[in-house]
Amino acid sequence: MQQLAHLKKFTEVADREIMHSGHVACPGCGAALAMRLALKTLGRDTIIVFPACCWAVIDGPFPYSASGVPVFQVAFETAAISAGAISAGLEATGKKGINVVAWAGDGGTMDIGFGQLSAAAERNDHIIYVCYDNEAYMNTGIQRSSATPWGAWTTTTPGKDFKQEHKKNLVEIMAAHRIPYAATATVAYPDDLVRKFRKAMSTEGFKLIHIFSPCPPGHKALEKDTILESRYAVESRVFPLYEVERGTDYKLSMDPPKRQVNDYLALQGRFKHLTSEQRMFIQHKVEEEWIRLRHRMRVSEAMG
Amino acid sequence: MDKNKNIERKVVFWPGNIIVAEAAIAAGCRFFGGYPITPSSEIAHVMSKRLPEVKGKFIQMEDEIAAMGAVIGASLTGMKAMTATSGPGFSLKQENIGYACMIEAPCVVVNVMRGGPSTGLPTAIGQSDIMQARWGTHGDRPVIALTPAYSDEVYSETIRAFNLAEKFRTPVFLLIDEVLGHLSERLEIPDPSEYELIERPRPTVKPEDYNPYDPSFGDVPPIADYFSGYRYHTTGLNHDMTGFPTTSQELGQSEQERMIRKVMSKVDEFESYEEYMTEDADILIVTFGSTARAAMVAVSDARAAGIKAGLFRPITLWPFPEDKLRELSKNIKGIVVPEANLGQLIYEIQRVAHCDAPIVGVNKVGGVPIYPNEILVKIKELV
Repeated sequence: MQQLAHLKKFTEVADREIMHSGHVACPGCGAALAMRLALKTLGRDTIIVFPACCWAVIDGPFPYSASGVPVFQVAFETAAISAGAISAGLEATGKKGINVVAWAGDGGTMDIGFGQLSAAAERNDHIIYVCYDNEAYMNTGIQRSSATPWGAWTTTTPGKDFKQEHKKNLVEIMAAHRIPYAATATVAYPDDLVRKFRKAMSTEGFKLIHIFSPCPPGHKALEKDTILESRYAVESRVFPLYEVERGTDYKLSMDPPKRQVNDYLALQGRFKHLTSEQRMFIQHKVEEEWIRLRHRMRVSEAMG
Repeated sequence: MDKNKNIERKVVFWPGNIIVAEAAIAAGCRFFGGYPITPSSEIAHVMSKRLPEVKGKFIQMEDEIAAMGAVIGASLTGMKAMTATSGPGFSLKQENIGYACMIEAPCVVVNVMRGGPSTGLPTAIGQSDIMQARWGTHGDRPVIALTPAYSDEVYSETIRAFNLAEKFRTPVFLLIDEVLGHLSERLEIPDPSEYELIERPRPTVKPEDYNPYDPSFGDVPPIADYFSGYRYHTTGLNHDMTGFPTTSQELGQSEQERMIRKVMSKVDEFESYEEYMTEDADILIVTFGSTARAAMVAVSDARAAGIKAGLFRPITLWPFPEDKLRELSKNIKGIVVPEANLGQLIYEIQRVAHCDAPIVGVNKVGGVPIYPNEILVKIKELV
């Protein structure tokens, strides 16, 4: 026991398990692990709002529910506003201290639910909006979304016609709404992820947490490589971990030693068709974005 | 479709969704705007691969109403355009479906029906969108909905959907269901010489004399492709023959009446149905789509048990082949209406049938198809 107590110093992740076994996610699902970590922090006084997405299935068919908290499954485009309305209802009935979490995939967030996400952010609805981003419509069969990165294969960007458009930058779009808190997270960095949930829980108004969430069947990656893919995404700066407070104050969460983007791409079959020139193009784009991000951080520092 | 015995046809083993996509391309469809939704997504998968091969355009849209909007836009440029969806997506498209009816844009909307309402049963059969196809979008408008039941019919009705859309300048619904969409069957792909392809009427007058809804050209006025030299106005508002909005009651009424009349006055030309052992039938089964396949077995089983049963299967579900059903129902002892919903088509049968005999439903929801025996039980109850 003493040894365990010693180990605990190394992590802020809580012991307790709210989510339990019996979920129906695919092996190696990043979204299932993200939920487990999030709920450890959020606790039982939480309601989760799912639109149509993998998690609407993962939670399990009747009578099973793996999430261990009340779940409200809503229409595809309505996660943000349904959560906003629940939050307003709780406030009106005097119920305090309940985390209202909208938990949506990238399609439900950045495509069909985008208008309502923007509206909820503009009203500053008191919710935590989580986008678990597996970068395509995985639940309906790996169709491209506006979160699918340039160069990726999907069932609707097949063969040589792989995706030709770049991924939407969700955090920047939401930061432009000047919401109180926006952050990126991923399952390879659990302490960082739970810290961001704690921050969101203690912040009034609209919070966004954008979780990069590897999907072995959709990314054509090995089930055992979920954490590795997640870590390489951060190390290669494809998915930097950072926070934005009040829409303007950018802060880098960590800056691990830089890794080549190709290490990240090589783990995933959805990029296997890319030529070395195309891989270099992605490397170049990632570096450009990194410079822009660091620039924003310097502006934040300069403006205090 | 006239089948010529001397033609060697390619034989394939495809699920219904693939057949829809390939038949659409054979019909000249060169644009697909879609949004992922089970159980129709395979249509989008095939179109995303095949359309670029035939110099067509596939766009995955950000939601369902956008997909419908993309199809309307493509249609106005002169392309044959299609989208495919399922229940919730069909709901989300409805406003733009009404818009397509109003501006008279030819297009095809495929609905691979699943269990509803709401998210319902994404991966299992339902036939509960038939009244939505008829009444889903607001306002009065013509509705053509085709309900094939077999793989070869899925192919031919997909082609016909495009032909009817072009001929009548209106959206046409192709209603299949999850079972047909995912059921692989042997299909002999018809040779292009075996079917006719229809193009929309296009203007031949001088651009300055052109009006997009000119009734002097009949009930289906010619439609000019965008950027073909003809300038005209398009609006979802009540409009006159120029396409500009009007508040004139007389013009509003005559335009709306023409829109309905353009289809209803030609019903005899495209109405289609199948009859099976109806000549001497005492008990008539009326059903459509994949449920009709169970009904065929039920009819045979009933006949084997000495009951004179017959099947009437509308293929054009809307407009409903009312004259034929009225004729068939004259000397009947009972009508059975099996459908994978809690009773929708039965309202139409009650309205149309010319008999005092009982009309009973066989209704099954929850994602499992109706079995022949469940229909047979009802037939026996009526005898």
